[in-house]
Amino acid sequence: MKTSGPDFFFAPQLSWYEGCQRPPRILSQQGESRNQNFNTVIIQFLSPMKRYFLFLVIAFSTLAASAQASALPSVQLKDLEGNTVDTKTLSNDGNPIVICFWATWCSPCKRELNAYADLYADWQKETGVKIIAVSVDDQRTVAQVTPYVNSVSWEYEILLDVNKQFQQALGVVNVPHTFLLDGNGNIIWQHNNYQPGDEEELHKELLKLKS
Amino acid sequence: MKEGRSNFRPSFFIPFVQMKVMKVCAAVLWVLAVFNASSQNSTPVQGQLHGNFQVLWQQYNADSIIGAEVPAEKTGMNAFGSFAYTYGNFSAGIRFESYLNAIMGFPGRFRGTGIGSRWAQYKNDLLEITVGNIYEQFGSGMTLRSYWEPNLGIDNALDGIRVIVTPDTGITLKGIYAHQRFDFDSRLINGLGLVRGADAEIFLNDLVPSLRPNKTKITVGGSFVSKFQEGETIDKDTLVLKLPNNVASYAGRIAIISGPVSFSGEYVKKINDPNADNKFIYKEGSGLLLNIGYSVKGFGITLQSKFIDNMAFRSDRDQLLFDVPINYIPSITKQHTYNLASTLYPYATVLNGESGNSLNAFYTVKKETLLGGKYGMNLALNYAAVNNIDTTGLAGNDQVVYGYETNSFAFGKEKFVRDFNVELKKKFSKNVTLLYTYYYMEFNTLVTPVTVDFKGIVFADIHVLEAQVKLNKKMAIRAEAQALFTEQDKKDWGTALFELSVSPHWTFSILDQYNYGNDNAKARVHYLFGTVGYVKGGSRVAIGYGKRREGIFCIGGVCRAVPASNGLELNITSTF
Repeated sequence: MKTSGPDFFFAPQLSWYEGCQRPPRILSQQGESRNQNFNTVIIQFLSPMKRYFLFLVIAFSTLAASAQASALPSVQLKDLEGNTVDTKTLSNDGNPIVICFWATWCSPCKRELNAYADLYADWQKETGVKIIAVSVDDQRTVAQVTPYVNSVSWEYEILLDVNKQFQQALGVVNVPHTFLLDGNGNIIWQHNNYQPGDEEELHKELLKLKS
Repeated sequence: MKEGRSNFRPSFFIPFVQMKVMKVCAAVLWVLAVFNASSQNSTPVQGQLHGNFQVLWQQYNADSIIGAEVPAEKTGMNAFGSFAYTYGNFSAGIRFESYLNAIMGFPGRFRGTGIGSRWAQYKNDLLEITVGNIYEQFGSGMTLRSYWEPNLGIDNALDGIRVIVTPDTGITLKGIYAHQRFDFDSRLINGLGLVRGADAEIFLNDLVPSLRPNKTKITVGGSFVSKFQEGETIDKDTLVLKLPNNVASYAGRIAIISGPVSFSGEYVKKINDPNADNKFIYKEGSGLLLNIGYSVKGFGITLQSKFIDNMAFRSDRDQLLFDVPINYIPSITKQHTYNLASTLYPYATVLNGESGNSLNAFYTVKKETLLGGKYGMNLALNYAAVNNIDTTGLAGNDQVVYGYETNSFAFGKEKFVRDFNVELKKKFSKNVTLLYTYYYMEFNTLVTPVTVDFKGIVFADIHVLEAQVKLNKKMAIRAEAQALFTEQDKKDWGTALFELSVSPHWTFSILDQYNYGNDNAKARVHYLFGTVGYVKGGSRVAIGYGKRREGIFCIGGVCRAVPASNGLELNITSTF
């Protein structure tokens, strides 16, 4: 493969190696030419592909370290009427929001949201919480969302994520997956899967926010 | 055969293209990293990182009775690490993948560790520009859909550039130019074809001020997709035919929602596209999806109709199955959840041609009525019927070139599937809920080859009884008893599942599938599988041991055959 010319991102690689106390001597033994400086030695040591790979890892670690609050990414979803909703703008007047990823074909998801449905009115009174149920039904089953939701009389705000873009933006692997956001829109708690009784956990977290 | 061929593809230009994209990603990330580091505490904008890790590890024991084989390396592992970082209007993401070696049932040509996806995006009120691996869907997906389904080993990401323009509220215009992900060998490998697409969608209620307060919401849209792949000639019979370099597909759609009533439809056409799916005929393709729904509190019904004729559309005409599909044709049958109903005879769309209808209804019997009792009762009913399409074969050279003629949208004579099912759910007390589901299926195994033991129509009745019992605030039991009765294929099956959960962390389950009706006494095997799972927050660890039946694993109407296995499984997922 072609070894490319001077690039702007050698510096972080160097500093990373220095930070790790990796002696340049060992590296230079691997290189073909001895009279090269440390910078080019590393360039030779790592194939171009590996250098980009390494750089990406470093860049992401830097970002991870500097990332602060965990808020919602921006994805355009549709509601049941066809309106477009930007997930970044989801809000509840400073009150908590619960976001549940679910699908019409997912039994534990429906058990979870049906369990919350029995408690929703009480939770709303206590904490002002709003539940947003994000359906990840794809084109095969998305037409069943409205009739199902109406038949079980859920009072939640429903959003459709037909190509799983919001699901992937939040790193959700499988449904059900539930996030709790505080009044400032920061994710403060999450839970994968649902087992009966998990609603108590969520309720506790909601009450913690209130106090 | 395919594995071998993929290694000899003339893909010398791909590393170069990939490097370019990597450079772009790296540049954007670098800017983000520096910008982020330098601007902390001085601006209210905060960066955020989301992502996940997924590891599936499997150990294999030989089991000749169920047909479980052991690969030379004795274990398999698929692992993914995804990261997406957002800073203000910028975002970027990357996914590392490992197949060391791929779990059996996934394409064996997926190998090694490397970057399987990377992208960077800038977005403001007018524009959204993305470079790298892109997931996109136009309308219902019949012209274009790229998506990632790690559990099926599907990733047909479009690798290129996408621009989304929102010139006015209610108008969304999209344009995309890309190659498509085809393979993975320590790095992402794109296919040969070029995909170019444009889509426009208008939400009339936002665009026309006078319609804003109107209760009837109308969305219209249209899309155009063209693929380019250099084509030479093919020999068919006595003819030498020129392959088209460019193949276009276009569609129009509408969705109307007015109070309880909804209607949506999309019609798609595809011009001549000789390919491996349609055995290289030059006939045009078409597809129609219609959906009518009515739903009020406590009740909902939908009627769906679907017609598909020669709609396989790939960015490489020589590929089949899961490789480089540009479009997605949803299946019209219900996605079942119970084991026997979902894995023995699952129906998948026949891309070359099918005509189908389905009905879905949900009803809740009110509380404090004779049937409803204290908590009410839920009913769900579903019926789907799919046949071949109504065609007439051509003769002579026309037959060689065009294959057949389509007469109408109506059903043809050959039955593909009938699926009737009804589900009752009743809560008897605060702690006890019972569910009963009945299925009747007629399933053509010649069309959807889910079994090698029987060719023809399988008639099956399935009964499922499920009980959910809450023992106390934290502990609950869930038990399923399932029975499948049929005179065809492997005859009768029984399944029992027992699951104990201790909220919020633990689950223990044991599943037994028993093919007690099999004519071959040796094949009357108990497929016993036990699992222990632990969940904390967004992370889950599960260990399973036992036998898994050879079968079909489906997500969204896309199915992959999974070989029989016997051994230990470890599954770790973590979202952050």
